[in-house]
Amino acid sequence: MTEPVTVLDPTSEAAPGQRSLNPRPAELEGLTVGLLDISKPKGAVFLDRLEERLTTQGAMVRRYAKPTFTKPAPVDLRHEIATQCDAVIEALAD
Amino acid sequence: MYDRGWSDGLPLVPPTKERVLRMLEGTSRAGDEIVALMPPNLVECTVEKVAVNSVMAGCRPEYLPVVLAALEAVCTDEFNMHGILATTMGVGPVLLVNGPIATEIGMNSGVNVLGHGNRANATIGRAVQLVVRNVGGGAPGGVDRATHGSMSKLGFCFAEDEEGSPWTTLAEDRGFDRSVDVVTAFCGEGPRILVDQQSRSAESLVRMLAEGLLASVSPRTVMGMDGLLVLSPEHMARFSDAGWDRPRFMEELEKFLMVETDGILAGVGGIEEGLPPALAGLTLPKFRPGGLLVVHAGGPAGLFSAIIGGWVNGQMGSEPTSREIIR
Repeated sequence: MTEPVTVLDPTSEAAPGQRSLNPRPAELEGLTVGLLDISKPKGAVFLDRLEERLTTQGAMVRRYAKPTFTKPAPVDLRHEIATQCDAVIEALAD
Repeated sequence: MYDRGWSDGLPLVPPTKERVLRMLEGTSRAGDEIVALMPPNLVECTVEKVAVNSVMAGCRPEYLPVVLAALEAVCTDEFNMHGILATTMGVGPVLLVNGPIATEIGMNSGVNVLGHGNRANATIGRAVQLVVRNVGGGAPGGVDRATHGSMSKLGFCFAEDEEGSPWTTLAEDRGFDRSVDVVTAFCGEGPRILVDQQSRSAESLVRMLAEGLLASVSPRTVMGMDGLLVLSPEHMARFSDAGWDRPRFMEELEKFLMVETDGILAGVGGIEEGLPPALAGLTLPKFRPGGLLVVHAGGPAGLFSAIIGGWVNGQMGSEPTSREIIR
């Protein structure tokens, strides 16, 4: 038997805060849905179509955009969406 | 250690207490000093955590100051390590070391400079990536969802051949004194080799280099992506023989890096990718001002240079970032 080797932990030793998603709304009538464009080409094409379909189903749509797709959404933008919307859809790219 | 998710796929050196303490002797900084907020989880990363990961990567203690400075460089808003980690494009931090420390710790700037066989080159970049993985929480399949990835995600670090260069170094070009140890982080992919074995004049070779550089990332990108050109000694000789210094070389090169936008508009040549119609009729530089970094490195024989394509540049993406290495 060889002696066990003790190694030091290379991780941050802190689990990032995990938050679960809100339950999926049963219906969209009267809800405010945010559409977040990450600012890659053609993201708006997808979101325009989603807006049409969501509006048809009685949702109110608010549009948002990240300043650049290469960086996380600014805290203010995330806060704005969280306080103004019941649900959010983020459009990826291309 | 592999099963715990700590490895990049290669075996790791077990970070025992003794090895970590020995690693910490490589820096004058305290173990509990905060080096940076490590993306993507934005957690505080201490010198000690960097030392643990540097042991695992296979670093010697004298490499630790370079790893620490590299992490400071990549964890800035301007370098944007979070975005580089998260992008589907296969880019990562390419680390270039200038100054006396490169020779002192035995870094390679010569034969096989971008390849294998040198412990410092191979492990410094690896240590940086292990810190991002283990401390920051950025691992492939998680936040890192690159389509192909590249060697720059495994660890890509090399030194400039300063001794053999007739030019100012990259760090000098970026405002540092030659006596200062500097690491420069550039967001890039793996290298591609550009062959020119027939040019004997500076005028010919500069045109050929420009042709190769015009295809960097895509022939249809202009100004939006940076580039890193690694000139080999034999290619450098064409320019030094002609009496061209760094500014003259850049001036001549830029003449051949101008792009007529009409040739790269969306739809031209049956290709849907390209510039929008609003940019028709212009002549634009392939690289934004300062967007092409040029260094001298490589073995003494071989009429090749290497091009490392970049990523989205500037405030919209990543800015090449230099930091002084504090021993």
